[in-house]
Amino acid sequence: MLSEELKPKSVTRFSGHAETTTGTDPYYTMDLLRFTTAGSVDDGKSTLIGRLLYDSKAIFEDQLEAVERASHNRGDTYVDLALLTDGLRAEREQGITIDVAYRYFATPKRKFIIADTPGHIQYTRNMVTGASTAELAIVLIDARKGVVTQSKRHGFIASLLEIPHILVAVNKMDLVDFSEEVYERIVSEYSEFATKLSIQDLTFIPISALQGDNVVHKSERTPWYDGPTLLHHLENVNIGASRNLVDFRFPVQLVVRPHQDFRGFAGQIVSGTISPGEEIVVLPSGKSSRVRAIHAYTEEVQEAVEGDSVMITLEDEIDISRGDMIVRKNNLPQVGNQLECTICWMAEEPLNPQGSYILQQGTHQVRAMVTELNYRIDVNTLHRESVHTLELNEIGRVKLTTTQPLYFDPYKLNRNTGSFVLIDPYTNVTMAAGMIRRRSRTLDEVIQNQPDRRKSENVVWESTEISREMREERNGHRAAVLWFTGLSGSGKSTVARRLEKRLFSQGVQTTYLDGDNVRHGLNGDLGFSPVDRKENIRRVAEVARLAFDHGTLTICTFISPFNTDREFARSLLPIDRFIEIYVKCDLEVLKRRDPKGLYAKALSGEILEFTGISSPYEEPSNPEIVVETDVQNVDEIVEHIVDELTRRGLLSI
Amino acid sequence: MSSYFRSHLKQLESEALYVMREVASQFERPVLLFSGGKDSIVMAHLAHRAFYPGKVPFPLLHVDTGHNFAETLEYRDWLVKDLDLRLIVRYVQDSIDQGRAVEEEGPNPMRNGLQTITLLDALAEFKFEAAMGGARRDEEKARAKERFFSHRDRFGQWDPKNQRPELWNLYNGRKNTSEHFRIFPLSNWTEMDVWQYIALNRIDIPILYFSHRREVVKRDGMLLANCPYITLMPGESVENKVVRFRTIGDMTCTGAVESTASTMDEVIQEIATARVTERGTRADDKRSEAAMEDRKKQGYF
Ligand SMILES: Nc1nc2c(ncn2[C@@H]2O[C@H](COP(=O)(O)OP(=O)(O)O)[C@@H](O)[C@H]2O)c(=O)[nH]1
Repeated sequence: MLSEELKPKSVTRFSGHAETTTGTDPYYTMDLLRFTTAGSVDDGKSTLIGRLLYDSKAIFEDQLEAVERASHNRGDTYVDLALLTDGLRAEREQGITIDVAYRYFATPKRKFIIADTPGHIQYTRNMVTGASTAELAIVLIDARKGVVTQSKRHGFIASLLEIPHILVAVNKMDLVDFSEEVYERIVSEYSEFATKLSIQDLTFIPISALQGDNVVHKSERTPWYDGPTLLHHLENVNIGASRNLVDFRFPVQLVVRPHQDFRGFAGQIVSGTISPGEEIVVLPSGKSSRVRAIHAYTEEVQEAVEGDSVMITLEDEIDISRGDMIVRKNNLPQVGNQLECTICWMAEEPLNPQGSYILQQGTHQVRAMVTELNYRIDVNTLHRESVHTLELNEIGRVKLTTTQPLYFDPYKLNRNTGSFVLIDPYTNVTMAAGMIRRRSRTLDEVIQNQPDRRKSENVVWESTEISREMREERNGHRAAVLWFTGLSGSGKSTVARRLEKRLFSQGVQTTYLDGDNVRHGLNGDLGFSPVDRKENIRRVAEVARLAFDHGTLTICTFISPFNTDREFARSLLPIDRFIEIYVKCDLEVLKRRDPKGLYAKALSGEILEFTGISSPYEEPSNPEIVVETDVQNVDEIVEHIVDELTRRGLLSI
Repeated sequence: MSSYFRSHLKQLESEALYVMREVASQFERPVLLFSGGKDSIVMAHLAHRAFYPGKVPFPLLHVDTGHNFAETLEYRDWLVKDLDLRLIVRYVQDSIDQGRAVEEEGPNPMRNGLQTITLLDALAEFKFEAAMGGARRDEEKARAKERFFSHRDRFGQWDPKNQRPELWNLYNGRKNTSEHFRIFPLSNWTEMDVWQYIALNRIDIPILYFSHRREVVKRDGMLLANCPYITLMPGESVENKVVRFRTIGDMTCTGAVESTASTMDEVIQEIATARVTERGTRADDKRSEAAMEDRKKQGYF
């Protein structure tokens, strides 16, 4: 920044009093509460918000005039405070609000951000959105109607999103003569229901939003109520409750490198605290270092906590990029690529159970598929129902599989590392919001080899391109080509498919090239003559090499009957990275099995040049792995192959 | 007070820095729109903070209506040097000269509407795909539902039905070519927050915001600065008053308030007791109740 003398005094200045900006000003000591409001239509939500804004002077005269004008235009005889919070014109005309609206007011103690979510029956989506950042939820209940289905739904969503405080405002007490009995009945009914949910703190307050009782000022008309007013509660509720100050998690947003000597990692600490000198580890690379300094603009601070946007520098020069997470060495998040989650569907287009989505978690994006849809939760009854898809505003429990392992904490423990959205990769629309419950447990965990990743410190990073080694490093395993050869129907594809699924679930990056599939596209122009067969194999071998160069475990299933062709494929790859797997099966068994009826056709001469019948199959002379599908079952074979790959060190780094 | 206490200003700042860093990471060609008002001044400072000691990785774009206060322009040029920013200026006058825009008629022709044309042209010229603005949700009812990342279609249009839900701190800036985003890092700030932030961080602001003596013309209940861009109507006269501005836009539509607040603390005091919104001093908003919403649909901020 420039020196003081250069400042054009004629046009700019700071005119504060130095002595008054030293700690006693309210803007040093005010904190912030984000809360959400939910209620069925006409329970008085807008009136309540209007009153809070009005009584706290967040409403200005010109806004009030506008509302008076609008009320008048509608032919109302009173000024409808609810209009203060109505947004878009279309909605105003319909008389309902259909999207989350944010409102602001402040008292000398606190600033408040209200996520005002319409209580309309189909707007679960909005309630979830508003709840995602809230620390408190106000659930409105009309005293005359008592606890209705929707009051329960609001409580459920609040607890699902882990909002620590729920405040049930029993409204329109003026219409039930401020009856203690009516109030108590609602309190006991709702408390009873709430035992089914996980709610840390449940408070009830009897109010009249319209007349102001117990909103800002204590009401004379509820002598039997000795609790706080609604505003008093909002001002005093403990707002640390949803902060996780234990588990340090720092998703890197971007790397700032103004010159050779400075390499800062910018981001927001989403949980925990950190200080200079602490030992950290970077995920997924597993490299460790110590915090050299924490920069908050021009200052270096001795501690940074949850919520702070800072820039961290490290003692050692290690490669870190956006999407990586810096954590404490002794406090690691969980890792997995199969996750049990609760998701809320937010788009018109329903969940496509076969589809793949982009999962955004913090600053990290990966591909994800819903591999199981366990059940849908009826938000009104809390019943579980089995379904085939999820539609707009539906909440369900699913299992997600991601292409790369995700570092996370269960949502219950960490609202930031445990949450995500699903994005449609074509339209880029946000389709769903999700909360990770836990990693789904499988036998594979035993072989999970995440810790191994920490070993290699000496990867050569090239500035111009991403090498295969770098990809392997990130993937956590080596690249290789698994070449399945064998007669038609011997079981190559069955084994390969099962193997791939198994490897995928273990976090292995795989590519699958199948004989039949390539003949539809890439090799659609080729027949089965020896020349064409040779060209067929040549092309797929080249494709396999490309995939290999991109760090994947590439699985190829081709009859590939000729030694020379298989040797050609082998020649394209490093010596220990081409794994020939001979899938052996007795020809007589195959003729008997003949699932596609091909052998029969070949024997009758309907198909010419059929391997094993009218065209030779040269057995591999020295395959890395031999499996026999007529004597072993598929699972045994897959285990055998996985063991062999592990033994060869291909499944780890 | 616990050492983990975080004031509301700290939280708002942290959120804005996070959003700006997301913008810098998720988009190839972002830009920060600079109007000369206090919100965009705060934005420029936040950008400086977000990337310091690195340079701010995106330029500032100022659409100069030709009706700016001279102080605004001088301040702008100083700020850009002070924070080492890159500035692009595009002129409404050029759009008029090229026939892209047509000047309003009347005693105080406003260039606010025309500004949109110049802005959209500039966005297209530089292929900016994410334009950050200093708009806040508390400014106007139509903004209460605005997203941090506000999606615009190929024509720069805003479709209320086509906005993506925003949950937690997850901002989805994915887009197809030729779509773009308007981004509002100060969404959750109120006018008071902006002033307090300026005070707390001792940010220099144009003297227009502090009380000073100036020639003004009273029109439609507002005090407009006397300048070459407005024509006196019968019965109007130039008065000399002690005033200050709550917002700074074009001279033709920014109303001054009579005030003796000459220090930051006095300004904050005055805001705290003010009974009209800052937009109440803007002639452009008074034109119609749903004015803002209509302009937003056309691509205005
Ligand atoms: N008597 C009485 N009427 C109320 C109270 N709160 C709201 N209302 C009225 O109930 C109606 C619906 O209120 P509104 O705030 O629009 O409900 P929303 O749909 O939940 O936003 C309006 O006519 C209000 O004036 C209250 O405490 N007492």
